[in-house]
Amino acid sequence: MLAHLPILQVVVPLMAAPLCWFLNRSKLVWIFALLVCAATCTNSTLLLIEVMKSGTITYELGGWEAPWGIELRIDKLNAFLLLIISTIATVVMFAANTSIQKELSEDRHTLFYSLYLLSLTGMYGIVATGDAFNVFVFLEISSLSAYALIALGNDRRALWAAFQYLIMGTIGATFILIGIGMLYQMTGTLNMSDLAIRLVDVGHTRTVFVAFAFLIVGLCLKLALFPLHLWLPNAYAYAPSIVTAFLAATSTKVAVYLLIRFTFTVFGISFSFTTLPLQSILMVLGLVGVFVASVTAIYQQNVKHILAYSSIAQVGYMIIGYSINTSTGVMATLLHLFNHALMKSALFLALGAIMYRIGSVQLSQFQGLGRQMPLTMSAIVIGGLSLIGVPLSVGFISKWYLLIASVEAGMWSVAVLILLGSLLAIVYIWRIVEMAYFKPPLPGRETVKEAPWTFLAPIWALVIANIYFGIDTRLSVQVAQAASQSLFGINP
Amino acid sequence: MFLGLYNYWIAILLMMIGFYIVIAHGNLVKKLVGLTIFQTSVFIFYISVGVVERGSAPILAEGISDYSNPLPHVLILTAIVVGIATTALGLALVIRIKESYGCVEEDEIQKLDQLNEEKS
Repeated sequence: MLAHLPILQVVVPLMAAPLCWFLNRSKLVWIFALLVCAATCTNSTLLLIEVMKSGTITYELGGWEAPWGIELRIDKLNAFLLLIISTIATVVMFAANTSIQKELSEDRHTLFYSLYLLSLTGMYGIVATGDAFNVFVFLEISSLSAYALIALGNDRRALWAAFQYLIMGTIGATFILIGIGMLYQMTGTLNMSDLAIRLVDVGHTRTVFVAFAFLIVGLCLKLALFPLHLWLPNAYAYAPSIVTAFLAATSTKVAVYLLIRFTFTVFGISFSFTTLPLQSILMVLGLVGVFVASVTAIYQQNVKHILAYSSIAQVGYMIIGYSINTSTGVMATLLHLFNHALMKSALFLALGAIMYRIGSVQLSQFQGLGRQMPLTMSAIVIGGLSLIGVPLSVGFISKWYLLIASVEAGMWSVAVLILLGSLLAIVYIWRIVEMAYFKPPLPGRETVKEAPWTFLAPIWALVIANIYFGIDTRLSVQVAQAASQSLFGINP
Repeated sequence: MFLGLYNYWIAILLMMIGFYIVIAHGNLVKKLVGLTIFQTSVFIFYISVGVVERGSAPILAEGISDYSNPLPHVLILTAIVVGIATTALGLALVIRIKESYGCVEEDEIQKLDQLNEEKS
């Protein structure tokens, strides 16, 4: 059983997705999907414990030996990612039943759960696999189901957003496919660790350079790095609340993981960062992304838009940490992956609760909510503080390591810009707080009640995690440090 | 040089045509057509990669010693399936967009969205 953990992580939700159709009742499907998510969560916890204890686990699919067969390869980095994704998926799923009762028509409930599990399968697959072509297949499984999930939104703009995402996402995925094809052409292998060995000999050829460029651009599209972020704001804003909470916390993270995996493991640090000016390009784009997205967030009227633009800014921080190109920098990126998943899922779930009660997430409708929905609004405040990076919240931890990394690398100007970027976050969070706490309720809204407990429980579980991991950083920092050190080949 | 690698040139040409259609055309169905051409060019690229000169089809039969690499073919079978799924989903979205907006032109949709926002 223990030996099959890697494949169970992927196959369990894949098998469960069509099974949803046999349980025709919405509530039953929800319980089933929740159990499946919880099972994968347990599975990934076991995997992480196993990996931390005894090192990398490889699993040969169908017993075909790598590099001929497809290999699942779990090391510290992707075990950490699997844990993040599965935990968020489970917690968000807890609130799904209540939320979609209100937001989706009855006949779409089963469809929603199936798609959710399929999207989850794709993400697990991307993270778990050690085969480059397999990455593309799982990427498309998760993206195609994500397009459909977004199109489930009630607003007709959801359809248009899903279509735009489909066009951009497919172009990104096809770029990745071209890159992988060129790598295969040059090396005759698709296995990542095998690629890493064989690329050394052909690393100077133009084909490998082009392959690298295609891969990076494709991945940057997927992870919504400025200026390739245009698909993200509307897709997040008009999707059903649960879908937004799920995708915002997981899908861009998976793309960041792939970027790290391809540049560090497959191409190697010396090729990715010395031969090409990747470091300076991504650093500039990351910084510009932080500022442009944060400033745009300040001027939004829809709170989902505010947080979506803030997501783009946070991706910018992750890319800054990554392009500092030191062990501490990548560690800061991984920490921010973890922390941002906690913050954004809490914030978007809280917006889901507000959507449930008042049917809108326009900023102007937030008047007086601070008194009417105290628990939900205080969750947004704490999540917002974490987003800014106030001490005792998780956001502080990752910003802190990001600053340490940039100072260590002698990049003082970057450190200053990171601090300035955080100040911008104060502005857009303050706009929400001001509206909710310092304005009287709108006429006809005096009777709005607190959100139901099925919402409050997952929201507050995430908020408490936001504070807990801001104080006791042992788990997150240890794992992130171990993962980034293994990428740089440092043995602790 | 040019003639010898003509299949690659065709792949690049198709890729650019497809990409251009996706960017330049406002009609959603035409965008999907462009996207499909773009993807197809990558299929041709993959299949070109697998060709072995004077190689036959990769089948087990007498008198066949050189054969083309079958792996890219298999890979591209998967990619074709993915491409079909994408096109199908895209067309389904276009139908739904047509139902709720009443048009399939990018600029008209954006105009309708703007009008809506000004009203609310």
